[in-house]
Amino acid sequence: MADTATLPPKLAETLDLLALLPDRADRIQLLIDLADRFVDVPERVAVRPFSCDDRVPACESEAYVWAERRPDGRLDFHFAVENPQGISAKSFAAILRESLSGQPLEQIANLSTDLVYDVYGKELSMGKSMGLMAMLQMVKALAKKAMGERVVTAEREEVPVVS
Amino acid sequence: MSDIESRGYVKPEVLVSTEWVAEHLSDPNVRIIESNEDPLLYPSGHIPGAVEVDWTRDLNDPLRRDYLGQEGFSSLMRRIGASRGTTLVIYGDKNNWWATYAFWVFQLFGHTQARIMDGGRAKWAAEGRDVTREVPSYPESHYQAPPRNDEILRAYRDQVLAHVEKKGKLIDVRSPQEYSGERMHMPDYPNEGALRGGHIPGAKSVPWARAVSEDGTFKKATDLRAIYEGEAGLKDDDDVIAYCRIGERSSHTWFVLSYLLGYPQVRNYDGSWTEWGNLVGVPIEK
Repeated sequence: MADTATLPPKLAETLDLLALLPDRADRIQLLIDLADRFVDVPERVAVRPFSCDDRVPACESEAYVWAERRPDGRLDFHFAVENPQGISAKSFAAILRESLSGQPLEQIANLSTDLVYDVYGKELSMGKSMGLMAMLQMVKALAKKAMGERVVTAEREEVPVVS
Repeated sequence: MSDIESRGYVKPEVLVSTEWVAEHLSDPNVRIIESNEDPLLYPSGHIPGAVEVDWTRDLNDPLRRDYLGQEGFSSLMRRIGASRGTTLVIYGDKNNWWATYAFWVFQLFGHTQARIMDGGRAKWAAEGRDVTREVPSYPESHYQAPPRNDEILRAYRDQVLAHVEKKGKLIDVRSPQEYSGERMHMPDYPNEGALRGGHIPGAKSVPWARAVSEDGTFKKATDLRAIYEGEAGLKDDDDVIAYCRIGERSSHTWFVLSYLLGYPQVRNYDGSWTEWGNLVGVPIEK
């Protein structure tokens, strides 16, 4: 499992909580509760039909990810999951939105994709882990992009990440 | 004539509709089983009275790459309160992908009183039918399974090699990118990887999900024949081996060819590409 000391605090808290639940059924219940907290992308960020550019590749649940820049340069993350049966995608989106929004970009960019296994366990099917890892990779890429832009904006006007 | 009967299948009795299931929720001779790829789905809401069979925990041997044995299957059936005569109705996510996998494993033990709910979990949910989070329990049964019989429905690597050498028919049900060797496996997911990309010589590519319509139900027989016979060149008396990466997607195609189209000899090669793509001394094709 990842060293939680280097993770954004809310994410570390969720992982600690999952680690405290050795019973598989309890872990699953926690993940279902998280999926119930899923919030659809606000209209100010994106409206349907969404652009393919924002779609998570390899995710069979048709997930989309956006980043919205805060005045301090950090990001708020937003998600859409179009498959009504995409409960794992929704729970992961809820975790990422709640625990990574507003956190230091470097921490987000450095997250390991093993996070997917820390959350869901090692028994995931390949298709499922591919989709969830791709979601995380897209979030990391948005953080990296914003980090690059932050350097550039010292010389130029701020470039919004939301397109 | 019901919708399923009108589709021209050779063995239509192997499918039941969501309506049929809704009418048999309290039938003591019927056990409804949900089998999914996503382990969160069943606990988040399932058909009332349905039990879960999980592909990783319930169907596989934890210590060798194999399915559960005679005793394991007997205990699984006892746990869900099924007897040899119970009609097992299986449904699940992803167009019944994992449901047909469970169905195939059940057939290795000759539990022929098994059905697939056409359209699976998604259709039941789309029709707004009742779901519950309540996990049922049934009195334990005295199920006694016969020994597992792999001969008829399962192909091992040596049999696949012999099949290739005599130019037997094979269907590769993976994505076109996996078939061509363009996509191997994801770098972060070594467990289902293979050393080489491509397909078994002579195999035709028919991605498994082509057998289902938009609403998750199986396509009618003439459409299935156009795909498997018109495009992939199968004949209905062919000896066919289907494979994918670990043998689960190909159980879906095995189901379609064996029951919906009535092919007499179809085997699932569960070693699939994770075995063949790593096997020393066997040919591949790109």
